[in-house]
Amino acid sequence: MSVVTKSPDRKVRRRGGAPERRRRKPGWWLPYALLGPAVLFEILVHLIPIVIGVWMSFIKLTKFFIANWGAAPFAGLANFRISLDFSGVLGKSLLNSFLITCAFTVLAVGLSWVLGMAAAVALQKAFKGRAIFRTLFLVPYALPVYTGVIAWKFMLQKDNGAINHLLVDNLHVLGDKPFWLLGDNTFVSIVIVAAWRLWPFAFLMLMAGLQSIPEDLYEAAAIDGAKPFRQWTNVTLPMLRSVNTVVLLVMFLWTFNDFNVPYVLFGTSEPAGGDLISFHIYNTSFLTWNFGLGSAMSVLLVVFLLIVTGAYLILTNRRARRA
Amino acid sequence: MKTSKTLVGIAAAVALTLTTAACGNGGSDNASSNGDSKTLTYWASNQGTSIQNDKDVLKPELKKFEKKTGIKVNLEVIGWNDLQTRIQTAITSGQAPDVVNIGNTWAASLQATGAFLPFDSANMKAIGGKDKFVETALKTGGAPGKTYTSVPLYGLAYGLYYNKKMFADAGLKPPTSWQELVTDAKKLTNPKKDVHGLALAAGSYTENAHFAFINAAQDGGGWFDSKGQPTFTKAGNISGIKRYLDLMQTDKVAPTSNAQYDNGTKSVNDFANGKAAMVINQNNADNSIRSQGMKPNEYGVVPFPAPTGGQPVASHVAGINLSVFKNTDNKAGALKFVKFMTSKDVQKTLDKPYSALPVLKDGKVTFTSKAKEAKTFQKIYNTMSKPLPLVANEDQFESTVGKAMNKMFAQIATGKSITKSDIKQALSTAQQQVAASSAG
Repeated sequence: MSVVTKSPDRKVRRRGGAPERRRRKPGWWLPYALLGPAVLFEILVHLIPIVIGVWMSFIKLTKFFIANWGAAPFAGLANFRISLDFSGVLGKSLLNSFLITCAFTVLAVGLSWVLGMAAAVALQKAFKGRAIFRTLFLVPYALPVYTGVIAWKFMLQKDNGAINHLLVDNLHVLGDKPFWLLGDNTFVSIVIVAAWRLWPFAFLMLMAGLQSIPEDLYEAAAIDGAKPFRQWTNVTLPMLRSVNTVVLLVMFLWTFNDFNVPYVLFGTSEPAGGDLISFHIYNTSFLTWNFGLGSAMSVLLVVFLLIVTGAYLILTNRRARRA
Repeated sequence: MKTSKTLVGIAAAVALTLTTAACGNGGSDNASSNGDSKTLTYWASNQGTSIQNDKDVLKPELKKFEKKTGIKVNLEVIGWNDLQTRIQTAITSGQAPDVVNIGNTWAASLQATGAFLPFDSANMKAIGGKDKFVETALKTGGAPGKTYTSVPLYGLAYGLYYNKKMFADAGLKPPTSWQELVTDAKKLTNPKKDVHGLALAAGSYTENAHFAFINAAQDGGGWFDSKGQPTFTKAGNISGIKRYLDLMQTDKVAPTSNAQYDNGTKSVNDFANGKAAMVINQNNADNSIRSQGMKPNEYGVVPFPAPTGGQPVASHVAGINLSVFKNTDNKAGALKFVKFMTSKDVQKTLDKPYSALPVLKDGKVTFTSKAKEAKTFQKIYNTMSKPLPLVANEDQFESTVGKAMNKMFAQIATGKSITKSDIKQALSTAQQQVAASSAG
């Protein structure tokens, strides 16, 4: 849009003086016309559902009212009170799910970042076959979520899954075939699957970031006697600061909200270790048909994510300014 | 250059607007196609061996209906795992089909939404009168004292399937009491050969909720009081659940991997493939068993036995009901369709491929040629089954108690032990969940 309004005939306008400035350029409406549908659909697809979602959190939208929303009584803050009452069963399980999700997010994002960084650095210098590796590394990201995760679901089966076959039958690392999709191991499973999905994104972004670091810096560092690790900490990391800020934030938001992975892996019953928060909220509202309560939980989740995002941005900006 | 840019822009804008308009048109076309008196949309649950199989079975019947009434029926077959969510979404959005299949245990919960057409005396008359239905089947149509919002379509009941050869080889007779069931199952279990006495769908919360109900009923338990308030922690409920969990925990007649079986088909397949000597399933298991290559004369069916001295409850009154959405634009056509689907001829035709029990009073069992099996299932359905709680919160019973059972099976499978006090704790949590989420 800015391109169209600022560019070619600024000179003409200046020469023409005041009356002509008021007269609109032919085609001034074009950018608006082009943007119009997008804005309209943005409102339709995002804004309205958000407003409705917030409204739902304040009403008693149980199965008695879903056919006629208008009749649902106003609930005030009752839905929020139940969600945040950590001595009650629903609040307690929400808190528990929240804590699991925090641990899950830290591990999955951390693991993805480490893997993405390692791969990006490894492929930084040109060598024969680099393109093959680059393509290969992006496969998990290119696969549809459902396909990738369902393959993991098969691999993680207890009796005939590939993971247990490898660990128990081939490598004899474990004595008994463990459950990967039941009980506490589910946490390990979901962290691994989520990191597998996510790391190519970190890889892609960091690889792009690495392209912009001038080669001279590494040469200078090498002349000063810096070994590869020192080069990485003193050249690569500082130069990637802004990329990292964004990559980590985006990965945090995606992972914290992740619904697809637990839903495809575990279906409708959330195991103790894989009880991630979006999935938990879905189960709370869909299986008990209490959409008001589910919305209140979602609103709380959004508020939490907004606070974290805001704090993170302020913090990273301040640091950047200081540096 | 400039003109061409403008032209492109106009073209793009027009194209965009047109597509939007087209979408809008498409939408309203669809809506109106529901609206006229010549079409109906029908959501059928998946009853056959696959969704395609269902289409193949239903299409000829729908053609007959079209020929008879001139009403075209648009069919959509929906898998069991999606059906409840789809119905929920349809109720919430108002974008609903005209006629829909529901699991009959949801009838009272769905009735409470107010989204379905009540079968009052006029509507009941339009579909052929309530007297044509088997009474136990009709009673699942909604909460007692309220006008039914669904009518029975296919009848189902649980039975204990056993492998005749395995029983004969071990010199056993099919069990008539719980104690015999466990003794037999132990004899037939051989973990080294990967053969077990029983296969359980221990990871399916709906199956688990059914067995919580049936086993508790055998012990005189109950889940809701007369006011519809949950009474989950009753002694009979705890002992019934304990007995069922113990099949895996202490009797060890079902393998721990069953805790991952999230639908009934997996346990039935184990039975059909000789990995389990017995399986407790509804009569539509006949379909899956045969499709896995087991012949009808290779298995027998007896009622799921109660412990000695317990109540002889062998099943809940299971099955599929038909409901009409209240906001249908073709009420007369919808009622005609319900009448057609619950007519003698169609019932006779559909009961066979769907292995369903007749819901009509003078109906004959057609799904099996084995007279004994037919008799057993009809006896269970008519005299040994109890309806699941006919209260608005029934769905919450299924999800909270069923999921608590899933969790306990998972704990057993991963080596923890579950005591009666653990069960009581879990049921008390489930009850609080029901109370808290209805209060919100």
